[in-house]
Amino acid sequence: MEMSEARPVGLVSGSGRGIGLACARELASRGFDVCLNCSSERSMEHTEAAARAIESEFGVRALVFVADVAKAAEVKAMVDAIVSELGRLDVLVNNAGITRDGLIARMSEEDFDAVIDVNLKGVFNACKAAAKVMMKQRHGRIINMSSVVGIHGNAGQVNYAASKAGVIGITKSLAKELARRNITVNAVAPGFISTDMTDALSEEQKEAIASRIGLGRFGSAEDVAALVGFLASDEAAYITGQAIEVDGGLAL
Amino acid sequence: MATIDTVREVLVENLDLDPEAITEDATIESLGIDSLDMAELTCEIEERCDIDFGEPEGLSTIGDIVAHIDALS
Repeated sequence: MEMSEARPVGLVSGSGRGIGLACARELASRGFDVCLNCSSERSMEHTEAAARAIESEFGVRALVFVADVAKAAEVKAMVDAIVSELGRLDVLVNNAGITRDGLIARMSEEDFDAVIDVNLKGVFNACKAAAKVMMKQRHGRIINMSSVVGIHGNAGQVNYAASKAGVIGITKSLAKELARRNITVNAVAPGFISTDMTDALSEEQKEAIASRIGLGRFGSAEDVAALVGFLASDEAAYITGQAIEVDGGLAL
Repeated sequence: MATIDTVREVLVENLDLDPEAITEDATIESLGIDSLDMAELTCEIEERCDIDFGEPEGLSTIGDIVAHIDALS
């Protein structure tokens, strides 16, 4: 634990499971102290368990913070707590996201707003809180989880696609704003990845989707986390403002 | 601490400026403070002085910034 001050610090929002958890594990494997985040006390227990597993497996610190990314005050309090506990914040992975799918004729205003609040405003809230810290440090990496759906669109997901396209807009604008402070900002756009989110699809739907993927299969959360780990690394110091697809050659 | 000293401290700490150069008459432009620097300065001042800096127009010198902060506190 004496060494912990020397370790870089990464925060991954929505990291109790799926892609977020894989990202936290990837950063831990690269020697980061990691801050996991979940939106409610309800998901605290398994997120805590994931944190303990990370600590014993990788020998880094793993802390859990409950904060709803849609709420600016909660996000700011989380970032303040991270800085006071670990002294810095080097990498922010904005991963927290929800879906409320439906065809537009049947999509409620509430379902549209909820998705925008978490997936888009949540990224704004976290970027704003983290940017202040990173600007002072003159160093930082922000990695925003977009989606192929934000680039290509998808029937039944106007809210989700709009939020994920918006994330790319934030990414490209913020990359320009923060470049002079040595902060890079990139987006990762996963295709179809095996997670709880895609488990909701029927076998038929899954087969139909897999047939449109060049590599013929769904990706894994680790496939996405590998790119996030690279973007967080020194090797990616000259990459900023990009939206990179991790989709196995998906033809949409 | 006098407001000018707070502003000077923030500018020196955050932007590596020469403390001698930071006088009430010095212009923001002559000190090489750009919009991003100004945003950083504003956030820091808000925190230290517990004020809402707002989006004032027409600030051109350090003295203008000091007067604006003093008017708010």
